[in-house]
Order: sequence, then C-alpha cells, then structure tokens
Amino acid sequence: MTGMVTSRKGISLSRTWNDKETRSVIIQIVAICLILGFFAYIIRNAYINLEAIGKGFSYNFLWQPSSYDINQHFIEYTSRSSHFRAMMVGILNTLLVAVCGIALATLLGFILGVLRLSRNWLTNKLAYVYIEYVRNVPVLLHILLVYGVIVHSLPVPKQAISLNEGAFLTNRGFFMPAPVFETLFWIVPMLILAGIGFMMWFRKHARRVQDETGHHYPVFWIGLGVMAGIPIVAYFILGAPITWDIPELKGFNFKGGMVIRPEFIALWLALSCYTAAFIGEIVRAGIVAVDYGQTEAASALGLKRNRVLNLVVIPQALRIIVPPLTSQYLNLTKNSSLAIAIGYMDILATIGGISLNQTGREMECMIIVLLLYLALSLMISAVMNWYNNRIKLVER
Amino acid sequence: MNESHNNTPEADSAQDFAVTIRNMHKWYGQFHVLKNINLNVVRGEKIVICGPSGSGKSTMIRCINRLEEHQQGDIIVDGTELSNDLRNIEVVRREVGMVFQHFNLFPHLTVLENCTLAPIWVRKAPRAEAEETAMQYLERVKIPDQAHKFPGQLSGGQQQRVAIARSLCMRPRIMLFDEPTSALDPEMIKEVLEVMVELAQEGRTMLCVTHEMGFAKTVADRVIFMDEGEIIEENSPEQFFASPKHERTKLFLSQILEH
Repeated sequence: MTGMVTSRKGISLSRTWNDKETRSVIIQIVAICLILGFFAYIIRNAYINLEAIGKGFSYNFLWQPSSYDINQHFIEYTSRSSHFRAMMVGILNTLLVAVCGIALATLLGFILGVLRLSRNWLTNKLAYVYIEYVRNVPVLLHILLVYGVIVHSLPVPKQAISLNEGAFLTNRGFFMPAPVFETLFWIVPMLILAGIGFMMWFRKHARRVQDETGHHYPVFWIGLGVMAGIPIVAYFILGAPITWDIPELKGFNFKGGMVIRPEFIALWLALSCYTAAFIGEIVRAGIVAVDYGQTEAASALGLKRNRVLNLVVIPQALRIIVPPLTSQYLNLTKNSSLAIAIGYMDILATIGGISLNQTGREMECMIIVLLLYLALSLMISAVMNWYNNRIKLVER
Repeated sequence: MNESHNNTPEADSAQDFAVTIRNMHKWYGQFHVLKNINLNVVRGEKIVICGPSGSGKSTMIRCINRLEEHQQGDIIVDGTELSNDLRNIEVVRREVGMVFQHFNLFPHLTVLENCTLAPIWVRKAPRAEAEETAMQYLERVKIPDQAHKFPGQLSGGQQQRVAIARSLCMRPRIMLFDEPTSALDPEMIKEVLEVMVELAQEGRTMLCVTHEMGFAKTVADRVIFMDEGEIIEENSPEQFFASPKHERTKLFLSQILEH
C-alpha cells in the first residue's frame, strides 16, 4: 500500500486549488472584488446619468421651506418649515405607529397564541379562523379596509356620534377632551413616580423577605394599589385639579380638544391585527416546543398551573419565541411605510414622498429613507438581541 | 414487611394504606389501558412493577399523582381521594414525589434552583433553608459539587440523581419511579440504582416501574407483574422469581433474564 502514496511537492495549480485554506482565501478575494466592482459600476452609472441631466448631488434642499401641510405633528410644523423639519415629523409619526403597533401586536399575539392552545373547542377555533383569515390577506388590504370603514361608515363631524361628554366619533377622527392641568396637579405625577420608585424597592424587599422567611407578598396587587390607587385618591382629595378642553363643532369640523386621526387608527389597528396573527403562531409554536415532560415534572412537584407556566414553561418558550418575534417587529416597522396608501404622513410619505416630488431630489431622498429605516430596524434588533442574550439557555 | 397490624374496625380502610386503588379502569379513547386494577400499598412498602411494554404499568403509577386521569373506580393516596377536585390533586402531589424516565429537569435553572423551586413556591420555605435542604439531598445523591451547574452540563446518570434529589426536597411520603434507568447508558445505571437502594432502606413508600430485576430482588417487598392493562400476578420477590404461577409471567421472566 505504501506504493500508493504519492508525494506532491512543488507548486502546482491543481495543488493550490485543492488546498482547503488556500481555496477559501481565493474564493473570498474573488467575491469581494465582484461586490466592489458591482457597486463601483452602479455608483459611476448614477453619477454619469445625474451629470447628463445636469442634476448634481446635494442636500441643500433640506433647509428650504417645504410648503406642504402635515395634519399630525408632534413638533411645531407649518408649511413654511424646512424639508428637514418635515422629515423629523415623519420620523416621529413612523416611531409612534411602530411603537404603538408593536405594543398592541404583542399583546394580541400572546392572547391569540394562548387561545390557540386552549382546550375549549370554541375559543380554539375562533383564534384559528382569525389567524388563518388575517395572515392570508395582504396587509395593504387590511389597512385600506379599516380606513374605508372609518371614513365611509362614521358620520361627518356635523352628525358626530357622541360617546360621552365631549368625545365624538367622526370620519375625521376620534375627538376627545384634552386635559388642561391646574397648578396643584403636579402632585399626582409626583405620587405616581414616587409609587414606581417605592415598588422598585418593594419588589426587591419582597424577594428578600421571601428568601428569608418564605412569606409571599401579593406584589402585583400592592403595586397596583400604590402606583395607581394612591394617585387616584390624591387626585380627588386635591379637588380634581384638571379642567377639560372640550372639542366643539365650529363650521365643518371640531375645534379644541384632542384628536386621534383616522389615518393613524387605520394604520395602527391594521398593522397590529395583521402582525398579531403571526405572533400568535410564534407564541403557540414556542409553548408547544417546550417538552410536555417539563409541565408534568413541575405539576408532579405540586406547583399550581399558573406557576408551572410562569416559572417553568414560559421562560423556556421565550427562548424559542424571541428570535422570530424580532423579525415580526421589524416587519411591522417596515410595513408601516404602507402609510402612504392612506395618507398617514410617515417617513416615506414626507421626505420620501412629497419632499421628493417637490424638489426632484430622488437619489438624495431615497438614500435618507433607506438609512432611516435601516437605523430603526437595527435599533430594534439590538434591543431584542440584548434581551435574547439575557434569557439564553446555558448548554454544555 | 406488613405494617398494618392495627386491629381497630377501620383497620381495613384506606387510612392505613399509603395508596389504595379499587376497581380502577382507564381508557384512551376506545382503548382500554387499565382493567380493574386493585392494589393496596402499605406505608413503607417497596413495590416493583414490571411487565412488557404497553402493559399499562407506567400509566398506572402516573394515575397515582394524577398525571393521568382514571375514568372509573377509586384511587386514595395518603387518605386523600383523587377526583376532579383540584385542591385534592395539589395535596396529593405535594406528598408524592416522582422520578421520570427522561429526568425532566428544568434546563433553564441550575441544579440547586431545580431543587429549591418547589420548596420555595409550594412549601413557602425561606430560600436559605430550601438551599440547605437541597444541598443535603444533593450530598445524599453524591453530587453536591455540581449544584451550580445547569442540567445540560451533566451526564445522564448525574441528571437522574439530581431529579431524585429534586423530588426528595419536597420530603414526599411516597416516591414513584417511572423507569428511572431506562434512558441511561449501562455504566450509569449502577450509580442511580445505588441511590435508590439507599432510599429504600429509609422506610419511605416506593413504587417503582423497572426492569432491573437485581434491584427488585434486593429491595422489593412485593413484585407486581402487569400485562395488557391487568395485574396478572403479585408476590414476594423470592416467590415471584423462583416460581412464577402464570404462563405470561414465566414467558416474560425467561425473556428478560436470558439476556
């Protein structure tokens, strides 16, 4: 057999190519060259084409007046504000709908996931039908549907549905009284803050007492009492120091008070309900994936059903749930750019929409929009990765 | 062996037995898994249950802490009758420890936390006390040095010993073992059996589903043979192995003792 061993010395092309490490280095160099070449080509292409139509590349337009209105703005904004300010308004609007959407989608999704596992035939099937309907219809349709229902089935302001004193449902939005705080009111938020501070201490204290004596405090109920109960009592003792700015019908619309606009409601509800269907399936999968033996072992030790869930099943299910949950949060945030279909003024509708059309700066605007969504998504990923690392399983 | 030397009129009542099973039946859908099971387990008795796979032996001991529900007949554990009353089930589970074939340790908790979870949340024990107890039992199963590791970092035999310690931390009066050595490599079976033999010598009631006939000979007060959902034969280990009465028992013994 020794005769079979051939010594391969010296440099040969075939020898180099068949060496595991050399080959991997060569492939990587080729790949990088191809990628860089591709980008160099398209950048040069864009440059030549912009030159040809005499357009240059500049962000100076950001400081010019935008000359368009945005109905929902959390910072001061008029049509004389700059495009940059319009972009900031757009960012805040995207953030608002993304944050509210993620919160509601998570809540609904966890409820759906648990209902899907219910042994009750009716709740189980209801959740099943909801999930199968919602996730198999495009999200844009959901947005248009909810928006259509609000705009077409709710009355005009003149015939507004009056819910309570000063709260009105109209096709221009949900109008409600805005609180005007009187001088003594500051005591209430201070009490809430103090309550939160107290609870942060009390939770640790309760933990310590449990460790030392085994006594369990009803931390949740005490917390609710301290953080909500005391401020509410104080509010009434102080003589309810809030007056309400009640919206009034002036001409064709309401003036004063607060308004939640139909565009926001439609986008928020549609995105949340749509994403919740996916989260529901993720939650169900996560819980099912925890070996049933875990539930049996915990029950056999005498733990009650809710403790089995909280102490044993959910901590393990979360590890399976969190990575795909992150993708759903990213999807929701990116899907919020469909806002443009119903005129909700988010990042894409402001800087990537009207500003772009008015200034003709497509390249510049699109680069900004791209970078903004990228930054937003990376931020969400970073937070979720941090959380995922915290709950990761220690293996061998 | 028999401790029921009580001669009061209630001597025969369920109060004197750790476990009483009367005319118990169980079905999985159409399938009749357990047929008319009758069993009285005296306090402190060690019972080994054996039989071919699918004979219902695991299902039977899982009925004792109601991981499985029975549909007919009575099961009375430590004076508490098992029914749909959730409080009774909790009472029984506090007093009955169980060791599973696949250990079922909680992988997200350390060995020590596995052992203290139930004492803290069910018995409301102070943590320091629960940890002290846990360390005692971990020493009993000879792995105190692994206390701060996670289950995934231990061998199968070590994991099963932790599972035994975890059960013992609740100080149960009755221990159920559901094929505790079936998922272990041969060289690890011995270390687990040694721990179980030591436990048996402490006078706790034990019901053990196992095919370890050596273990049965050493510790069992009674061996029960099940087949097709019925108790076919029960006897002292000496009688059981030396002169099995039933044909099926003979066949079963010849099969497992041959190899």
